[in-house]
Amino acid sequence: MTAFLALIVRDLRLAIRIGGEALTLVLFFVMIGVVVPFAIGPDSAQLGRLAPGIVWIAAFLSMLLGLDRLFRADDEDGSLRLFRHAALPLPALVGAKMIAHWLLTALPVILASPILAVMLSMSMTDWLRAMLSLLLGTPALVAFGTLGAAVTVSLKRGGLIAPVLILPLCVPVLIFGVGAITGLGTAQATVFLAAISLVTCAFSPLFAALALRAGED
Amino acid sequence: MKAHNALPDRTITVAALSCRRGEQTLFADLQFTVPPGELLLLRGPNGVGKTTLLLALAGIIRPESGSISVTGRHPDDRPGTDLHLFGHQPATKARLSVCENLRFWADMFGGDRALIDRALEAVGLAHIAGLEAGYLSAGQTRRLGLARLLVADRPIWLLDEPTAALDSQGEQLVLGLIDAHLRRGGIAIAATHHDMHLAPPAKVMTLTLHRPAVPA
Repeated sequence: MTAFLALIVRDLRLAIRIGGEALTLVLFFVMIGVVVPFAIGPDSAQLGRLAPGIVWIAAFLSMLLGLDRLFRADDEDGSLRLFRHAALPLPALVGAKMIAHWLLTALPVILASPILAVMLSMSMTDWLRAMLSLLLGTPALVAFGTLGAAVTVSLKRGGLIAPVLILPLCVPVLIFGVGAITGLGTAQATVFLAAISLVTCAFSPLFAALALRAGED
Repeated sequence: MKAHNALPDRTITVAALSCRRGEQTLFADLQFTVPPGELLLLRGPNGVGKTTLLLALAGIIRPESGSISVTGRHPDDRPGTDLHLFGHQPATKARLSVCENLRFWADMFGGDRALIDRALEAVGLAHIAGLEAGYLSAGQTRRLGLARLLVADRPIWLLDEPTAALDSQGEQLVLGLIDAHLRRGGIAIAATHHDMHLAPPAKVMTLTLHRPAVPA
């Protein structure tokens, strides 16, 4: 357990000291929200209708931005190799990295979502649902992202491949994420979204660890 | 005769081991046994497979054929939790202080935070424990890596060029650390280009790797 917490604390500490990463993601997320009204026009009814989709697209794209950094630094300085000899099995450590990554990429985006809600003139209920849907859906995005990052970490220019690789996997998350905000059957979509997150977060560390091991061999 | 803080006994036995990197077979039919308290020096020209052999022993690379067995491991223990790998990559974070880097690895390896101060003292970094690791010189970064071996007691040390980038004092330091480790009943396997002369009670074996003969 010490190793698990140590890894989360180290990743958070490094991110805070290096700085800028979370801010870049949030800025990107908010920028999409700023630009869309100009592109679509200031019709607030229409914006409100499109808002759930735009919020999810913005969240999805900004989370893809930070993906490559998940294992890259640890691979380059040799830490990843030593993780194999840690007191905890590799999948558990991948799990710790996923939690740290969620805190660093998804949480800032969720916290910044009120700004987007205002820009896109979302109703109060829609915004609350959007927060819930992001909260339930982003773990699945992190889980798929971890898988993509683990598979591509041994490639020197893997930065672009990982997002392309996980894009099709993330489509259900987008569909049910938006479905949990508007449309018919939001309750069912919300439950299904939570289920996707639970399943992917349970399996992703195992497969990601497998990919990391195979990458070194 | 063993020191009071003895390490658990491990014996590494390698039989008929072959490894390849890409298309090239690096070495074939390698065998050796390293019993507790002994140091095995791996010698040989660049590219002959010393690092590959260490990675295979560390369980990171799968050997082409042959077996590596370690006796003394508890069957429930995961392989690898009783060894330290000290390679060329520093595994330190530039934006963490020397002490924070070490504390992280102590936690990761299930080591003891109480050993950190002594480890920093031993490698001569105690006076800059609060400095960010990014400001360290190459030699000091190596010393920080060596300190990692001391914060968690593990019987097997796999060392890849342990004296690289170190000054002559640093080389003595490495020898001293290995000697102390062997005295406690640990084993060490080191790939090196330098002779390592340890004081008599320490047992040192040398294994010279050769390029396999290319069939004409």
